[in-house]
Amino acid sequence: MTDVLAIADHRRGELRDISFELVTAGRELAAETGGDLHVAVISGDTERFGEQLQLDGVDTVHTVEDGEEFNHDVYAQVVTQLFDAVEPQFLLMPNSVNGLDYAPAVANRLGLAYVSDVVDIGVDGSTLTATREMYGGKVETTTAVEADQVAVSIRGAEWPVTDDTGDADIEAFEADVDESAVRSTVTGFEEVGGGDVDISEADVLVSIGRGIEEEENLDLVRDLADALDATLSSSRPIVDAGWLPKNRQVGQSGKVVTPDVYIAIGISGAVQHVAGMKGSDTIVAINTDPNAPIYDIADYGIVDDLFDVVPALIEEFE
Amino acid sequence: MKVLVTVKEVAAVEDEFQIAGTSIDETYLEYDLNEWDDYAVEEAVQLQEAGIADEVVAVTIGPERAEETIRMALAKGADRAVRVWDDALEGADLLDVGAKTAILEKVVEEEDPDLVLSGVQADDDGFGATGVSLADALGFEWAAVVNHLDQDSVESGTASVRRELEGGVEELTDVELPAVLTIQTGINEPRYASLRGIRQAQRKEIAPKTLGDLGLDAAAVENELTLTDMYEPETESDATYFEGGPEEEAAQLADLLREKGVGAQ
Ligand SMILES: Cc1cc2nc3c(=O)[nH]c(=O)nc-3n(C[C@H](O)[C@H](O)[C@H](O)COP(=O)(O)OP(=O)(O)OC[C@H]3O[C@@H](n4cnc5c(N)ncnc54)[C@H](O)[C@@H]3O)c2cc1C
Repeated sequence: MTDVLAIADHRRGELRDISFELVTAGRELAAETGGDLHVAVISGDTERFGEQLQLDGVDTVHTVEDGEEFNHDVYAQVVTQLFDAVEPQFLLMPNSVNGLDYAPAVANRLGLAYVSDVVDIGVDGSTLTATREMYGGKVETTTAVEADQVAVSIRGAEWPVTDDTGDADIEAFEADVDESAVRSTVTGFEEVGGGDVDISEADVLVSIGRGIEEEENLDLVRDLADALDATLSSSRPIVDAGWLPKNRQVGQSGKVVTPDVYIAIGISGAVQHVAGMKGSDTIVAINTDPNAPIYDIADYGIVDDLFDVVPALIEEFE
Repeated sequence: MKVLVTVKEVAAVEDEFQIAGTSIDETYLEYDLNEWDDYAVEEAVQLQEAGIADEVVAVTIGPERAEETIRMALAKGADRAVRVWDDALEGADLLDVGAKTAILEKVVEEEDPDLVLSGVQADDDGFGATGVSLADALGFEWAAVVNHLDQDSVESGTASVRRELEGGVEELTDVELPAVLTIQTGINEPRYASLRGIRQAQRKEIAPKTLGDLGLDAAAVENELTLTDMYEPETESDATYFEGGPEEEAAQLADLLREKGVGAQ
């Protein structure tokens, strides 16, 4: 039990980046345990996916045919069976929305200790040490897991993707899926968030977060956006509150934006927000909290009250 | 039908704080209902108002202090609450997913709901796993990261939901009841507790339960996870900071923006 088993993630015909990040994380772990790295891909075009996962450091790719798309009932059963077949020390799954939908079930079924959303991992004998965030990224923690076998879900974009090809064996895994235990059905997909503006096309974004406090106060940032000839976008809570339409949301579940200038106002910089805007050319943050994670990726910062800074900035441009 | 909502009191950390060992010093913490659970409570109460749910029960794992938070759920319309706490949970830095699952499983077995709603994740420990783990332990169906629930479908025994995937794509899924749904923010607009609701909540029951009451012992919540360190992340910031009061800061930022060609019509 020194092997590592990582489960790839895909959607609508494409392996997702997290699959290649899982390989990197798995390779690091396998180097520490001295075991093999197994990667599994379930459902979809497993033949093509299998070839794409024949990466450097991967020993075996298990392909499991079962329908086109992700179904958590199928995944939970198949991953459990793969785990029993491979008997790995560590089972790595993605902390993606799909991962959130099956990884906890797998851990429960197998009676495994489960650490989710980890941003770093190391091994010391049979003890796994996982680095995680708590309190919305305000602190980082180390969790020691004292168990022979552990299930882990990894946060996206924390490990580099890898595309160095290798010579992994590809093996078809025959899973025995109990259809009567498949009681969920995916009936379709839908794109949301279209509409009047496409924030991903904007050169300059004035982006507002929960620091704005009240819907009425939005006028202030609207005025700023006008003065700067910029487009208005926001973090999720503003959209959840119905103050701006979904097409203005930047982030993991919103839009990925890459403007020349991104001005984040009253936005803490939660990982799901940063996922959508870290590719911006120049990032400016205005926030009262000097420790807000947004400053980790900002190029310019103003630690001050937005209700003082924004009016002054508008005045500069009038 | 009966709807059970799992709720958690979470701590938010002030801008400036100090860490004591593997936790944050009490004085820097402010307690509140977990953001995601607030949406779950609202969804349950809406099911009740639509005449689909006969009873909404809130369940929490937390010390007596958490009753304040649970009262919020009651003030918003939940009928009664169950609060599980025990000496065996008292000093634990970290209750892992397995421990929470073991406790909630017993409560669900006692309450026998048709639908369990829980938040996608808790703002403090961020495991994002309890709802799905609980569903699996119970043999219930489930769906994670739900941002729409077709209420009529619930009546017919199948929950038709939308799951919010990454990148503005939603998945449409049907799950058979009984089921656990983990609720994503934005699914509804959580109400504020009315004064009347707050008054009524005072008279609603919050039943305290120990592990023993649920037929569990301390071993059920022992876990292999130990928090060994907590620290403020080393700032990776190499930002240039503008300083000197709002006007001066704005002037410097304005210079930068003009340099970048922003606002130059
Ligand atoms: C599955 C999933 C998907 C998600 N997808 C997204 C997504 O696509 N996009 C997204 O944004 N989030 C997303 N989130 C939510 C994310 O986790 C955070 O909750 C959210 O980004 C927080 O938004 P915020 O920064 O505006 O609010 P907060 O985190 O509450 O931050 C507000 C900030 O404003 C500052 N502030 C307060 N008052 C002032 C003032 N007067 N002047 C200046 N600053 C002030 C505070 O210091 C604080 O830093 C997702 C979460 C989950 C679980």
